[in-house]
This record gives sequence, structure tokens and C-alpha cells, in this order.
Amino acid sequence: MSLQDFINDAISPWMNDEGQDSDIVLSTRIRLARNLEQVPFPTSGDQSSQEKVLQHIEQEFNNQSYEDFKKFQLVKMADTEPVEKRVLVEKHLMSPNLAENSQTGAVLISENEQASVMINEEDHLRIQLYYPGLGLSEALQQAQKLDDWFEERTRYAFNEEKGYLTSCPTNVGTGLRASVMMHLPALTMTNQMTRMAPEINKLGLVVRGIYGEGSEALGALYQISNQMTLGKSEEDIIQDLQSVVSQVIESERQSREWVMQQSGIQLEDRIFRSYGVLAHSRIIESKEAAKCLSDVRLGIDLGLIKNISKTILNELMVLTQPGFLQHYAKKSLQPGERDWFRANLIRERLQLEQY
Amino acid sequence: MLCQNCQEREASVHYTQVVNGQKKEMHLCEQCAQGEGYMDFANENLSLHHFLTNMFPFDQTKDQSQQQMTSAQTIKCEGCGLTYHEFRHQGKFGCSQCYEAFSDYLDPIFKRVHSGNTEHVGKIPKRLGGNLHKHREINQLQEQMQQKINEEDFEEAANIRDRIRHLKEELHDDHGGEA
Repeated sequence: MSLQDFINDAISPWMNDEGQDSDIVLSTRIRLARNLEQVPFPTSGDQSSQEKVLQHIEQEFNNQSYEDFKKFQLVKMADTEPVEKRVLVEKHLMSPNLAENSQTGAVLISENEQASVMINEEDHLRIQLYYPGLGLSEALQQAQKLDDWFEERTRYAFNEEKGYLTSCPTNVGTGLRASVMMHLPALTMTNQMTRMAPEINKLGLVVRGIYGEGSEALGALYQISNQMTLGKSEEDIIQDLQSVVSQVIESERQSREWVMQQSGIQLEDRIFRSYGVLAHSRIIESKEAAKCLSDVRLGIDLGLIKNISKTILNELMVLTQPGFLQHYAKKSLQPGERDWFRANLIRERLQLEQY
Repeated sequence: MLCQNCQEREASVHYTQVVNGQKKEMHLCEQCAQGEGYMDFANENLSLHHFLTNMFPFDQTKDQSQQQMTSAQTIKCEGCGLTYHEFRHQGKFGCSQCYEAFSDYLDPIFKRVHSGNTEHVGKIPKRLGGNLHKHREINQLQEQMQQKINEEDFEEAANIRDRIRHLKEELHDDHGGEA
């Protein structure tokens, strides 16, 4: 599979599977930070050792398959155009940080894009695994297997007392960051998120808006993840996250019901106005698009809007970002032009659904 | 109290800002507080980095005398040449040996970041083998056994002793197998 194929598809193949609680949880991600023994971390800035790491990984893992993860393909930052990098970032297959390491950075991506391994980001290896819906323990299990596969052909920096050694003290121990991406329109609408987020933080978890800058959670999309990596086993970390996420899901369901009961017609109006904007506007900013997409997705989940597929939110949130828009337009776009292309793209996408 | 910003909604966020020694109190509603960025879900890396670099000076005054810290600043990792001072500044290690080089000063940092924990209890690489797991389990069981003995719960202590014996036998077998 070529890079071209990767980026032609905004939706990674794994996203088409419906996971557990997928009316609220869009995806689950497990990330493991690993470093190779006796090689300075990428943060040391030592280029020659980073090159050796990259060579080793390319030799051992490029075009290899492991169980469900077929054909890992290595994408080197040095050979990748800026717009292609942006697309990979927008698909969450790699971080903006990696895109900046244009000398020795690379990402190894499985054919179904469920697994990706960043090389020479902050750590030598960052193994990432996605799962549709809520699937923390399944995702952890798969990530552990991938980790074992990598370990067969590399030697990890590990210390009996401190666990897996990482560049940043915040990742040491398990190197595990588990996160769950949630769509919480009713909790956002009723202003409950601003109250709940600090409560969740107190439990040692982090809540943040996914899209948008600073305080805004564009499209009512939030990520909840663990902060602690030392002193707790992987299974316990997952368990604690799972129990909080389950409570948030429950609250969101109750809020949806409550909003429907209290102001059903207003909610319906809001949802269909947003649908109208998406279906007919000629210019749309990313902020407005995100809000409308969130409303429409809620309408689908509540059964108010039929005959539109659920994945529209996931898909259009990715597709309407600057990198993808420019890929779609096949040229670089000024911010004003982007709003025009964004509106076109959304209309075309909705037309696909209608008949 | 009304929100100082919009003068419309009830103020529910109260905070005090100190700029150049000048104290300034603010009372805002949730919407305005969010708009002004006082309640933001900040970028993960940024906030952690901020958090880390901010907490080091706190370490200094807490446990160690100024003089000791000055000598700590000059400690250098043999592996990558990073000094403790540089580590404090950037909040990132340069190589795995940094963990050894700065070990005397790291536990307070780990405690603060990881809710009081300083020891790994999770996964262990296969190459280090199940042995490490078993050694660790034996240590834990021995502590438990001692506790039971102190509590005079001899029956349970004997059960634990049997489990320790069993694990030790397994260890012995593993070793025999490898040789």
C-alpha cells in the first residue's frame, strides 16, 4: 500500500468497525513509550545514534507483518512532503512533533492503520494502537503483543526499579498512555463538562478538548487519559480509566435523555438547523463546521436524523482540516479559500448519503 | 455577584492573579472564564513541561540546603553529558544512564508526577524473564508473611511460606533448565 493510498482515505479501515459504546466513544488509543538500550534518547540531539535506530527499525520491521497487523510500511519524514505529513498528523497516525524531526523521524504504519510506531519522536519508539469505540483491555492486549514482537528484535532500556526508561519523567515505568476519545454534546450543552473536568483531573486522569486550541473543545470531542505511569500496573491503569469513562458515558446518556425531555423541540431545531447549514452553506469555518457536525452526529444517535451514517463525524472532522482540504483541492489554499473548499466538501459528502 | 466581564451571568469562578507583586481579584462566570482561558484544558505536553519546570525550584527549598543543590547542579551524566542543571531546565533526560547519574535527586520528582510512587510494578521485558517477576513476588510474599507473623496469624503465615517455597522451587527449575 502506497502513502498515496493512506492519505486518499480519511477514514482508516479500522474505523469502519463498530466498537462498544460507539454512540459516545469514538476510539480508544494505547501508546507505549520505549527506548533502546545504550543509545542516547532522541532528546539528546545525537543525530548519528538516531540514524542507527532508524536503520535498525527499517531493516527489521519495514514490510513485515505480525498477526493481525499486516505489512508495516515505513514512512520517513525526510522523504515526505509537508502536506502529506500534515495529513498523517490529522489522521492521528503521528504527532506534530515527529513531523518536525525531518532528519531521522519516521513512522511505521500497519496496512489497516490500526497500529503505528513513531521512530525518533521524543522516545526511540512510540507504539500506538487504535481500537474503535471503547476497547481498553483489548487494545492493551494487542499493544502488549506488538511490544513483545518489537522486543524480540531490539533491547529495551529497562531498569528493575523504574521500569521502562523514557525521555520524559512523566512517562517512566509502564510508558503507557491510554486514552479514550469521547463525543459529549449533552454534557457540553448543559455546561456540565466544565464542572466534571476538574473532578476527573483529581482522580489522576487528564481531560482535554481534542480539536481547537486552548480552552475550546471543538465539536464536543474530549480525550480522557491516564497521567500516572509509575507505581501502577498496566492492567490497573486501564481499569481506573475504564471506570471513570463508564461513569462519563452514563452521565452523557442521562443528559441526552434529560435534554430531550426538557427541550426536545429546541434540540431538534438546533440539530436540523446545523444539518441545514452543512447541507447548503457555501462558506464554512472550521469552528462552525465542528459545531454543526457534532449536532448532526447527536441527531443520528438520537434517531432524529436517519439515513446518514454514524461515521460522518469522525470522517468529516478529519477531512475538513487544513491538510486534507489541501490534499482534496490538490493545491495549497489560503485560509479564506479553505472555508469555501470545506463547505463544498461537506456538501458533496452529504449528497453521497441522501439517496 | 455578577461576572466582571459580561455583567450578565452570575460569577462562579473566582481567582487571584499576582502580576509584579500587584494582587488582582477576578470574578467571572463559567463562560467568560473559559473564553479568557482561565479554565483551559491545556495542551498535554505544554502543561506537563510547565508543571515539571515549575516544580524543581520547590524541591530546592524543601529538603536540601542551597549548597547541596549547587553541587547537584553540576552533576553530569557520563552517558550523554547532560548536567542536572540542564535536565532541570528542559525537563527531559538525555539517555538511560541519566536515571543513574541523577538518581539521588529524582524520587521527589517521580513522587510528584506519579502520585507518590517511585517504583515500577508493571510489565517486565521477556528477556529479563519471568525470574524477575518471581523474585519480586517472593519479596512481596516475605513481607506479607512477616506481617502475618506479627499479627500472630500463623495459619496464614504458613500458607504464604508454602507459596514462597513453591516459587523458589520453580526458580530453581528454571535455572536448571537454562544451564
